[in-house]
Amino acid sequence: MKVDAIQNGIVIDHITAGLAFRLYNLLELDKLDCPVAIIKNVNSAKMGKKDIIKIDSEHPIDFNVVGFVDPKATINVIKDGVLKEKLSIDMPLKLKNVIKCKNPRCITSVEQEIEHVFLLTDKEEKVYRCLYCETKADI
Amino acid sequence: MRSLIDIIDLTPQEIDEMISVACDIIDNPQKYAESCKGKKLATLFFEPSTRTRLSFEAAMYELGGNVIGFSEANSSSAAKGESVADTAKTISCYADIIAMRHPKEGAPYVASRNATIPVINAGDGGHNHPTQTLADLLTIYREKGGFDNLTVGFCGDLKFGRTVHSLINALSRYTGITVVLISPEELKVPSYIKKNVLVPNNIPYIQTTKLEEVMPQLDVLYMTRVQRERFFNEEDYLRLKDSYILDPQKLTNAKEDLCIMHPLPRVNEISVAVDDDPRACYFKQVLNGKYMRMALILKLLEEAGK
Repeated sequence: MKVDAIQNGIVIDHITAGLAFRLYNLLELDKLDCPVAIIKNVNSAKMGKKDIIKIDSEHPIDFNVVGFVDPKATINVIKDGVLKEKLSIDMPLKLKNVIKCKNPRCITSVEQEIEHVFLLTDKEEKVYRCLYCETKADI
Repeated sequence: MRSLIDIIDLTPQEIDEMISVACDIIDNPQKYAESCKGKKLATLFFEPSTRTRLSFEAAMYELGGNVIGFSEANSSSAAKGESVADTAKTISCYADIIAMRHPKEGAPYVASRNATIPVINAGDGGHNHPTQTLADLLTIYREKGGFDNLTVGFCGDLKFGRTVHSLINALSRYTGITVVLISPEELKVPSYIKKNVLVPNNIPYIQTTKLEEVMPQLDVLYMTRVQRERFFNEEDYLRLKDSYILDPQKLTNAKEDLCIMHPLPRVNEISVAVDDDPRACYFKQVLNGKYMRMALILKLLEEAGK
């Protein structure tokens, strides 16, 4: 399968197989009008299988979202068809307005104006908890 | 502005200071009779409560202060759709301190971020209830003379019981505490309490399903209710419910100075026959709650005035 190389944009590489769609949705890439490619289950010597997302646009993306969904992913910044920068990302300590709390008893479930904030409470186990009710987030 | 949303907002030193103040209030009530003269407590209770609201109101009156507020959401602007943030800003114009109970978890935190006066969480859904923990701590202190080297048993619903999680959290900061967790398999304490609280604080803990077996070791027994709706099937509930009902028979091999506690309301998990046992401390807990709320109101108003 062939997907054209991009000229100016971002390649999110080394995504754990199966997480690309979650990342696509949370990054709201459906709202972009540039070419975006999701490549699933690519063979990888290191990971066995991996997903890749290519975004052919200089539209900024929220690295915190990538760090939240898959901190093992890498971000390649492409300029004029050449790899300009390779970034590894860490799990963000705080996540704002990316996901919503699933607890129906949480104050955020009834008050629309409140920011949805999650804090990293256990890095080893990759646990984020709601700032308000401490319910564990689904990643 | 300093508020109290979660028991861990207070350091062990601050809790010790508040216990000293509460003990002084018990010994010298007259000394504090005008401490809050001219101050107003707003009790914002978005859901019904007997003990907590009246305890806060009694606490403020005994400090010489006044109380305004409401006892159900329907009699407030919440019924018109007002946000917690706006309610907090509005009440800040009328009162000096807020005690808030709300069915939605995190609501008192939102209020504290928007109020210009201290906010006390008087219970937010199944999440936090720090003043209950303060009442529990004063009770243990008064009955046992301190917190160090105690073996504290928690019995019943340890999975959903917010008072249990909060008290384990508070006790984990003292030395020599041993925790005994007595519950049916279905209602064991969540693993994150063990991982985030007990293990990092090197608190030895025992998990068991049988109350009688561990009874002789306990200095404190904290009972909670095993609720029918927590079980997947009626058969399991009927099989287990009596194992977690405390009666005089189960107390035969308990220590003579055991302290029996319960956050109340009690349904049937402690037999009424236990009430006359001098080891029953659950109604003392209610009274201690008022004294700790007095100490807390004093502390927060004093800090707000600085």
